[in-house]
Amino acid sequence: MITLIDLLMIVVGTIFVAGFGIVAGLCIFGIDRKFAAHMQARIGPPIRQPFIDVMKLLCKDSVIPENAVPSIFNWAPVVALASSIVILLYLPLGSIMPVLGGLSGGYGDLILVMYLLTVPALAMVAGGFASGSPYATVGSQREMVTMMAYEFPLAVVIIAIAWRLSMAGMAEPFSLATIAGLTTGVPIWGVVGPVGILGCIILMVVLAWVTPAEVSRVPCDTPEAETELCGGLLVEYSGRNLAMFYLAQAVKTVAMASLAVAIFLPWNISWYVAMPAPAAVVVDFIFYLVKVVVVVFFSVSLIRVSMARFRINHLVTIYWGYLAGLGIIGLLLIMLDAFIKGGIVI
Amino acid sequence: MKLNRAFSRSLWVFHFNSGSCNGCDIEVVATLMPRYDPERFGVKLVGSPKHADVLVVTGPVTHDMGGRLRRVYEQMADPKVVIGMGSCQSGGVFFDSYNLDGPAEEIIPVDVYVPGCPPRPEAVIYGVVKAIAKLEGLDGGVQ
Repeated sequence: MITLIDLLMIVVGTIFVAGFGIVAGLCIFGIDRKFAAHMQARIGPPIRQPFIDVMKLLCKDSVIPENAVPSIFNWAPVVALASSIVILLYLPLGSIMPVLGGLSGGYGDLILVMYLLTVPALAMVAGGFASGSPYATVGSQREMVTMMAYEFPLAVVIIAIAWRLSMAGMAEPFSLATIAGLTTGVPIWGVVGPVGILGCIILMVVLAWVTPAEVSRVPCDTPEAETELCGGLLVEYSGRNLAMFYLAQAVKTVAMASLAVAIFLPWNISWYVAMPAPAAVVVDFIFYLVKVVVVVFFSVSLIRVSMARFRINHLVTIYWGYLAGLGIIGLLLIMLDAFIKGGIVI
Repeated sequence: MKLNRAFSRSLWVFHFNSGSCNGCDIEVVATLMPRYDPERFGVKLVGSPKHADVLVVTGPVTHDMGGRLRRVYEQMADPKVVIGMGSCQSGGVFFDSYNLDGPAEEIIPVDVYVPGCPPRPEAVIYGVVKAIAKLEGLDGGVQ
């Protein structure tokens, strides 16, 4: 039973998380551009550049093409941004419990997050088809193919971790509070033995490679390919709608990095250093931000600078073939580890 | 039209080849290289005219490209500026050719001219600075 106080808490929490997601997402885009620039021996734009871009887009006209479906065309960016923020509500931020995903009275778990991660992409696909441009249509089709390609390795990673936690006898293994060790104080690395650690490292690599596809950055930006599709899905979007898609991508990047942090890098400083509760929350939150930046550096910036774009059929081969295969090897290692350890060990 | 301060710090450029010999196009790409790094001022090349603030037109406008240039210009969201790049925008070797609709200024309003055949990247950057000045004093109009 949900009380009025709970409801109020959720509303206030949602507002805070939405603000945090947008600000952090834009900052991370700025940091990513700075990293990329330095790796190419450039100076690069200031870190607040994405904020400037969004402000500029907000003051520009919003052109709606003649043969677009205006309702879907205008609503798709809103849905994309809203659903990206909703993902963040289910993810723990440092040692702060997820707004909607706490263990008691939780409303969703990792499976839900996996489904929610597809919603912004689906909104973009809908917007692309609704804009009535051949480029956007091709982009939408590619986005759907990309989505199918990366879902499988992502599912393998998530199932493997949750299954191992349930074999270790943890209650609610799919809950993100459990996976991030907020309720138990034990991350996945504390559960598995040496074989499982090898498996987890493999799964971590797989997740790091799923991230660029999920947030459609180079080398997986085939649906938006500027040089061949002129922006693909987003080709007809301008002004406010484009800004909203940009924000949605920024928030989704934070969400994806937070997911990786929650699953594989869940340590908090307060687990090891005794400190008063309010200080612990702040310190853990700052540490969480550092971890998010590290994840974005390795799985977005580094990959995007060092690689060219995949062709769409290469992308499917790589994700369904190599990465899914790698994920299944990791899964098998984790299963082996569970049998070696006799199942229930913490 | 009210512009906020963010505008001049984030110019997205769309590059349109209306029949150029490719000299200017290569210089556009050279302008974006790490040595000049225009991205540090927020300038970046975008793939769609809908996203762009600046239209860079290279080359004289051939008959085939005339209508398309006008359509691309009309698709761009306001406020926008046009940079005419290369000598072809003011005569050039193809002046008065039978196959031309004329330089870009006969089809769309051109705000800034960058002469040269092809112009050096420094000249293009100077043109972009002029375009920013033009945007800042949009009602005054710096030509």
